[in-house]
Amino acid sequence: MKRFMRTHLLVFLLIIGLFSQAVIAQDAEEPDPCGPLGSEAAAEMLTALSATGDLSTYTAKIGFIFVGPVDDFGYNYAANQGRLCIEKLLPNVETIYAENVPENAEAERTMEQMIRSGANLIFPTSYGHYDPALSVSEKFPDVTFFHMGGLEPTEKVGSFFGEIWQMEYASGVAAGLTTESNKLGFIAAFPIPQVLLNINAFELGAKSVNPDATTTVVFSGNWCDPAVLAEAANSLVDQGIDVLTQHQDCPKPVLEVADRRGIWSVGYHADASSVAGEKWITGSRWVWGPLMSQLVVEALDGTYVPELLRVGVAEGAVALSEFGPGVTDEVKEAAEAARDAIISGELYPFEGPILAQDGSVAIAEGEKPDTPTLETTDYLVEGVVGTIPQ
Amino acid sequence: MDPIMFIQFVLTGAFRSATPVLFTTLGQTVNEKTGVANLGAEGCMLMGACVGFIVTVQTGSGWLGAIAGALAGGVLSLLHGYLVINCGANQLASGLTLMFLGLGLTALIGRPYVSQQITGFDVVPIPILSDIPFIGPILFRHDVLTYLAYLLVPAIWFFLYRTRWGLSLRAVGESRIAAFSTGRNPALIAYAAVFFGGMMAGLGGAQLSLAYTHFWVEGMTQGAGFIAVALVIFGMWHPVRAAAGALLYGGAVSLQLQLQTLGVGISPFFLQMLPYVLTLAILLVWARASNRAMPAELGRVFTRQT
Repeated sequence: MKRFMRTHLLVFLLIIGLFSQAVIAQDAEEPDPCGPLGSEAAAEMLTALSATGDLSTYTAKIGFIFVGPVDDFGYNYAANQGRLCIEKLLPNVETIYAENVPENAEAERTMEQMIRSGANLIFPTSYGHYDPALSVSEKFPDVTFFHMGGLEPTEKVGSFFGEIWQMEYASGVAAGLTTESNKLGFIAAFPIPQVLLNINAFELGAKSVNPDATTTVVFSGNWCDPAVLAEAANSLVDQGIDVLTQHQDCPKPVLEVADRRGIWSVGYHADASSVAGEKWITGSRWVWGPLMSQLVVEALDGTYVPELLRVGVAEGAVALSEFGPGVTDEVKEAAEAARDAIISGELYPFEGPILAQDGSVAIAEGEKPDTPTLETTDYLVEGVVGTIPQ
Repeated sequence: MDPIMFIQFVLTGAFRSATPVLFTTLGQTVNEKTGVANLGAEGCMLMGACVGFIVTVQTGSGWLGAIAGALAGGVLSLLHGYLVINCGANQLASGLTLMFLGLGLTALIGRPYVSQQITGFDVVPIPILSDIPFIGPILFRHDVLTYLAYLLVPAIWFFLYRTRWGLSLRAVGESRIAAFSTGRNPALIAYAAVFFGGMMAGLGGAQLSLAYTHFWVEGMTQGAGFIAVALVIFGMWHPVRAAAGALLYGGAVSLQLQLQTLGVGISPFFLQMLPYVLTLAILLVWARASNRAMPAELGRVFTRQT
């Protein structure tokens, strides 16, 4: 009897533990998930949407899967803002979502569950949700998938992503003008192309206004390991870095260290100015709401053709975050000028010649590689301190 | 870069990043001294980090948060105590269950707190001492919980090896029957040690969320609890050696980041393995010594007689 009770208690506790992790959480109230838009293009996209007719005639159930929690002021937070914006704009469209969905067969199960409960559109939001989405799409041919960041769209799985590196460049301009030590720090997660691209864009932006500016990069080896992030940030501050930026899913630990040690910070993914300290400069952020809503409307109209869609600041998919209270007008104007020049096409941050760290030519003179090409970046540009771990 | 400065930075980082693991390792050392291993230390750390953070958000007090975090870790470990000591459950199974329970429970209750702001603990430089060149920044510019962790090392050593209670505790770990026959209550002592181990893990978790990162996210300990359990073996169940192990781990974390800032590329994945590799090496090289140092009752199922 005792043995029976013991085994059952163990199993019971194990089940509670596993289940409470997988709970699909309730909606939290947010003020305006569609804004701030940060660009005219995004505003135009919204106007165009409402001009297409009565948006309340659209009915659908949309499933979102996120790789982390949606309250982390990072990537998932930004993507979830897009979901909330869809709900706001399309009142008869229902969304369901699951957080902490790992990039494996678990993602397939979650998506299948959503589809069985009536979802006909799915947003697999993490890069690694791509393969699971492919296999699910084969089983459910009537469902449309909008994958974020994938490189090879299929007939049922479209790919869209924002050219956030454009805003990394503009943020780099702001950082390059703000720094006094000419040493910027970048805490990256993994040395994957999109991350390397952001590091390069940031350094190129900084160097465009401050030829002495270097960016020291540290790889944390994890999308969100708070202890390592805090330690990495502290290490960089120890070395005399006075502006910190990052490419992480949870930006908060780095912002906390920057604030407490009195140095400047530049954000990524989402506008974290509300939780950063006085010395927040600005940052690059996603504006998913209008774009995601447009994709949904196209799919429901039957006009959506899955493709490789890459849109930037000119299309309103990315923006600069609010400037912090301590930022000078000169810095603001320079960053905004860089952004506007990118919008108008006058400036292409990756126009050759661009030299790699070892002095070799990474992009030849006059060349302007497009975003899909840039998304295969496997080098760091001159001025970046650090090596790509093998 | 100046090599002296480099060493100073690495050591400062070592002390900083070792703290959460040190708390947990010390607690687990005491815990295992009575013959009860707790693989659920990770779950206890998460409970401490999460409950500590919630209480700090609600009350605005880091101290209340730290105390609540310690208690939460302790309470969770009592479950392990109940299963292992009262029900005679397998220690490994129960410990792993505890880990999953802590992981799931904290993900659930901590969810609304992920983006919350706290003041928590700040760095408090110790006057005069922190101005000593080299030593000052390494040892005397930390938060209060970090100082506490290092003060606990000699305190726990003293308790274990210089007090009657410590003797009783060790006696239970060596032979429950002998301890029982000399008038001690092995179950009660083991319970107390398990509770203490859980509290220390909770405090380690609370230091992580309240002082080190000022942040809470589910699963934020990232395996630190398991590293602590491995470091207990590395330290051969001795608090001072365990502390050295924790510092070595902190040093590995800090060294790899500092090397990266100099542009030296070492795979972070390799360094993340380092604590485990070190433990493995110790087990290989000093297997015999390690066996001698291991409490004889460690892992043995509790039976009715004891």
